Amino acid sequence: MSPAFSYALVGVGLFSIGLYALIVHAHLLRKILAINIMGSGVFLLLIALAKRTGDAQPDAVPHAMVITGIVVAVSATALALTLMLKVAAATGRAELPKEEQE
Amino acid sequence: METVLTDIPWALILILLPLGGGMLCFLWPRMARVFGLITAAGVMLSVVGLGWQLLKNGVYHHQVGGWGAPLGIDLYADGLSLLMLIATALVGFGVSLYSIGYFKPEKAIHFWPIWLFLLAALNALFLSADIFNLYVTLEMMGLAAVSLTALTGSREALSGAMRYLLATLLGSLAYLLGVALLYHGFGTVDIALLGQRVEATPYLWAALGLISAGLLLKTALFPLHFWLPPAHASAPAPVSGVLSALVVKASFYILLRLWLEIFEPIVDGEGIETLFGLLGVAAILYGSVQALRQTRLKLLIAYSTVAQIGYLFLAFPLAAAAGVTAWSAVAYLAISHALAKAAMFMAAGNLLQFGGHDRITGLDRVVQRLPLTAGAFALAGVSIMGLPPSGGFIGKWLLLEAALTQGRWDLVGVIILGGLLAAGYIFKVLGHTFTQAEVTHQSTEVPAGMEWAALLLAVGAILLGFLAAPLLMLVGIGDPFGISEIRS
Repeated sequence: MSPAFSYALVGVGLFSIGLYALIVHAHLLRKILAINIMGSGVFLLLIALAKRTGDAQPDAVPHAMVITGIVVAVSATALALTLMLKVAAATGRAELPKEEQE
Repeated sequence: METVLTDIPWALILILLPLGGGMLCFLWPRMARVFGLITAAGVMLSVVGLGWQLLKNGVYHHQVGGWGAPLGIDLYADGLSLLMLIATALVGFGVSLYSIGYFKPEKAIHFWPIWLFLLAALNALFLSADIFNLYVTLEMMGLAAVSLTALTGSREALSGAMRYLLATLLGSLAYLLGVALLYHGFGTVDIALLGQRVEATPYLWAALGLISAGLLLKTALFPLHFWLPPAHASAPAPVSGVLSALVVKASFYILLRLWLEIFEPIVDGEGIETLFGLLGVAAILYGSVQALRQTRLKLLIAYSTVAQIGYLFLAFPLAAAAGVTAWSAVAYLAISHALAKAAMFMAAGNLLQFGGHDRITGLDRVVQRLPLTAGAFALAGVSIMGLPPSGGFIGKWLLLEAALTQGRWDLVGVIILGGLLAAGYIFKVLGHTFTQAEVTHQSTEVPAGMEWAALLLAVGAILLGFLAAPLLMLVGIGDPFGISEIRS
């Protein structure tokens, strides 16, 4: 198993762990962290799969995608954290209400 | 004159104009309404220009910055993109007209820039030709939509927006992972090139699973609809309209586009389309029954969206034998639902402002006091139910035709039953608009612009019922539904 392939597997693992955490944790900060870990998993996979066989230069396109992805992830996290604070201020808890309707 | 019209890069204007307009609204908040309305009108004109261009020259291709497919970003427009852009421009103009009266100044300064950014994201999404650019536009759209949902700042709106944000981010990440696998497996993100290169490898299957799951979550197909009713019901009325009319359609458009050009030729007959069809049936039945059970108007309309999304997925199992008919039905349903549902949410917003609540049983002689709004709701309802003459009727008729050619009597039954249930929940509301409520209440005046905006969109949904031939001709530009047959 080549190192690049094992990095890719770690990426998929991170994605799965993040998905699990997103579902089981109620606290919004944990959910936001979970989303970020899932994102890191995808980025790691993209970087790992950019390696070409032999000593050839790695493919630059996935690197560009990861940079774009990081920009998106930072903005999304900023929005999520702000919303979390607003939810906490309005309801007293940084959690989503259990019932969808009142 | 003609050459001038065809030479202007309308597609670029469609993206840059709302982006620029949004920034102007941000810089000069006092002028935001003026900039917003001008931008929305400009977008409508540009869509007409682009349509003219497509009619004259066929499909539109543009390489941004002259870089070209493997490295650069390509824009592409065919009949399907054009139809979605038309829906966006019409709903966008209606929403802008409505929002002038709806938002008080302190909310308006936040609404206009984000709304115009959302408009830019939608236009860019419908014009994108590569799957990574689609990811970026999906995220732009999602973040703007979430911010607009939270605009009122109420507890319900904030929780609804938070749930919506988590769902939309999860959907985007699943989609992005699928994009990564497709790129690794086939070495390109260009949709047309992918269509030529894909083979039935494990990468394709994993990518199909991840991309479908992510986009179904964003499209809110049953059972992944959990985030939609709280978000759509708690957002400000014009925002609910945009979310139901355009934002869920945008992720559906991506799924449809990728299905037609990449996945369908490879995975045809493997049961995926049957699964989509079953989920569609479940969505129609569940959404309609939930809508019937609601006591609040905006939640009723939100569950109606869950049901109407189901219809879009009925075309997948029908496409094998009746491809073009089934996909044309989807295109028609998408644009008619966009106009009708936006009109309905705006009418609900008028009723909410008028009476201070949106309890259905508390509607108090609305027909006499807000005739235009009641008319808008009724006309939009006609299209949602699928009664002639309306866009919804044409869409459902084409879908029925596709189901009948294939002898799928089960789907015929579901389409008709869904229509009956829709009639049930719409007449439930209409019935209460005629009667006096038990507890009468103070009423607030509703600006005329808000009433007319709702009515205009509702009339548009009805008019679509008379425009079947020209619209289906427009959708056929570039043969978006026949590509899989032509490609060997």
